[in-house]
Amino acid sequence: MLNERRPILLTNARIVDPSRDSDFTGDLLIADGVIRDAKRGIGAAGVPEGTEIIDCRDKVVAPGLVDMRAFVGEPGADYRETLATGSQAAAAGGVTTIVMRPDTTPAIDEPAVVDFILRRARDTAIVHVRPMAALTKGLKGEEMTEFGLLRAAGAVAFSDANRSVTNAQVMRRALTYARDFDALIVHHTEDPSLVGDGVMNEGEFAARLGLVGVPNAAETVILERDLRLAALAGARYHASALTCIDSLDVLRRAKDMGVPVTASCSINHITLNENDVGSYRTFCKVSPPLRHEEDRAALVRALASGLIDTIVSDHDPQDVETKRLPFAEAAPGAIGIETMLVAGLRLVHNQEIELSKLIAAMSMRPAELLGLPGGNLRPGSVADVIVLDLNVPWVLDPNELKSKCKNTPFDEAKLQGRVVRTIVAGRTVYEYV
Amino acid sequence: MDIASQPPFVLSQRHLLGIEGLSRDDINGLLDRAEHFVDYNRQINKKQSTLRGRTQINLFFEVSTRTQSSFELAGKRLGADVMNMSVGSSSMRKGETLIDTAITLNAMHPDILVVRHHASGAVELLARKVDCSVINAGDGSHEHPTQALLDALTIRRNKGDIERLTVTICGDILHSRVARSNIILLNCLGARVRVVAPSTLLPPGIERMGVEVFRDMREGLRDADIVMMLRLQRERMSGSFVPSSSEYFHYFGLDEKKLSYAKPDALVMHPGPMNRGVEIESGVADGAQSLIREQVEMGVAVRMAALEALAQNLPNA
Repeated sequence: MLNERRPILLTNARIVDPSRDSDFTGDLLIADGVIRDAKRGIGAAGVPEGTEIIDCRDKVVAPGLVDMRAFVGEPGADYRETLATGSQAAAAGGVTTIVMRPDTTPAIDEPAVVDFILRRARDTAIVHVRPMAALTKGLKGEEMTEFGLLRAAGAVAFSDANRSVTNAQVMRRALTYARDFDALIVHHTEDPSLVGDGVMNEGEFAARLGLVGVPNAAETVILERDLRLAALAGARYHASALTCIDSLDVLRRAKDMGVPVTASCSINHITLNENDVGSYRTFCKVSPPLRHEEDRAALVRALASGLIDTIVSDHDPQDVETKRLPFAEAAPGAIGIETMLVAGLRLVHNQEIELSKLIAAMSMRPAELLGLPGGNLRPGSVADVIVLDLNVPWVLDPNELKSKCKNTPFDEAKLQGRVVRTIVAGRTVYEYV
Repeated sequence: MDIASQPPFVLSQRHLLGIEGLSRDDINGLLDRAEHFVDYNRQINKKQSTLRGRTQINLFFEVSTRTQSSFELAGKRLGADVMNMSVGSSSMRKGETLIDTAITLNAMHPDILVVRHHASGAVELLARKVDCSVINAGDGSHEHPTQALLDALTIRRNKGDIERLTVTICGDILHSRVARSNIILLNCLGARVRVVAPSTLLPPGIERMGVEVFRDMREGLRDADIVMMLRLQRERMSGSFVPSSSEYFHYFGLDEKKLSYAKPDALVMHPGPMNRGVEIESGVADGAQSLIREQVEMGVAVRMAALEALAQNLPNA
């Protein structure tokens, strides 16, 4: 049943489509891989013969999620995640489009690698996969890559993954050149010299634990520089994961000035804070580090107000061997593609953000920024659709996760709500029974 | 043909440091005179005596083949004694400053100095320290006046008139002295000038120099009469301005397809030396619409006109 592509009618659902600002009870009809209709009372009578009719009473139907930042280890690190396992994890988490980080081995810095990934994904992945290409050759921060040819090959944006380009001249030229191709630059904003040996948020907690801290300024120094350069070049710039209040002030000022800038935050930084590190839990070691509770709360407010545009999973599978180490020596990174939405639902249940805002930041906005189809439920759009049960309570068992690695900060967390069906281009690729 | 039967053109200034500062009459006067030298250079006896007894020193701080040999031939055909000094053999290598070199050479009483230097403004600086006439044979990314004149002569001979032509200059505008001199000259003679390049190779503010700016060859070449290609000047680049020559060629290299966006009778120019397969495809460079070889011929004639015009102002002339 799972791979059959016959028409699907989702009935009696609460249909949440941020692209039309709509939230209503009705039916959604999918045929030939596209959304045919989404309205009240399509009913079983008005659908093609052979349509699979699924009762979605008390469930939410929403656009499939577009995750702008996920690491997949193909090519070069299959032991961490393959396109097959990564896409299964994505499907289970309601993510219908994975945007891959370019720091594979070799890096995605030439058109042939983009081509390889797209072919490999076509053959092995069950959701859409779109590669980001490297911003600089070999991610070295020295020479920009072939934005034109890479874009033509299928790269959706340009980024040096978890590295910042420290040379401002290189950054200026890249932004200037990117503008000609209308290419989106996605940049990690962290000054490596200010990060130094830092492993967690700078402050009282780091002091007590005896760990070296990373100051907020490591982020704001680069962000401030980048936004001035983006204004100079007139280029589209996206901060890949902001974490602190100070950055929000910088971002707001640039947006008010009309700079074409947008920003993401990771699911970790809006649902967790530095206290979650507890007694040196390495699964909560991420880069940039989890911040203060005030920062977390401010990020959520920024999402609600639209100052922050998108939420990313920052999915970063790490082997047990790289995590079962003293905190300072452990690799940073957490998996998240499978838990992004349910973790986000915590904020909805706590009434920190509306459901439609959360969904928009995970689907519509990233699709818009990257120029991708999907991210909405309008008739005629690609049928990337998810069905959610908002209320079912469960406890996360890492062994049930599809990802190759189990480094989740939500290990044994009590969660409420889950994805019950994921449809990619009209085909059901995941079903929770 | 007797060149002496035509009155020589007299330039109203001592030096030729740039197109900036020349009047429309100056430019047309030099071009008219150069026309005569074109015919003259096609004769068997190319020797003249206008500059007999005069000393011309070609002082090249930057390597050059065509410009230096073109100036050398021009001087010799006019009867001057020509000496070439290039950076490899000069005392600049031993630490002498530009001004000391100028003073030293000045003491040898040359009549005309032809100077190329890698720094913008260096030729003008040197000109202030010498008693002779100075011709700028290219200073940094600033000006290369005789190149613009020879380009204008080439266009004029093929299109009749420069006024109202659409001339598109493509490529590395940022580092190009040829582009700057041509922009000024073509504007002065009433052409519509466009530039096409990636933003990284356009100097901010270029639109104020009287050009329309494009970043796409299809748009920039539409209805162009003249397509002027520039060399990607890697030696002047610190860091990367474009990601690779293959991407550069794909978007900005002149091939048959991109040339077809211009007028059917559009003509192709390049100041040389060419990077075939980087900014221009071989088929186009050697094709029927190419004026590249003719540009070299015009170079000698234009430089003869310039040397002669300046010599009219020399003492005891």
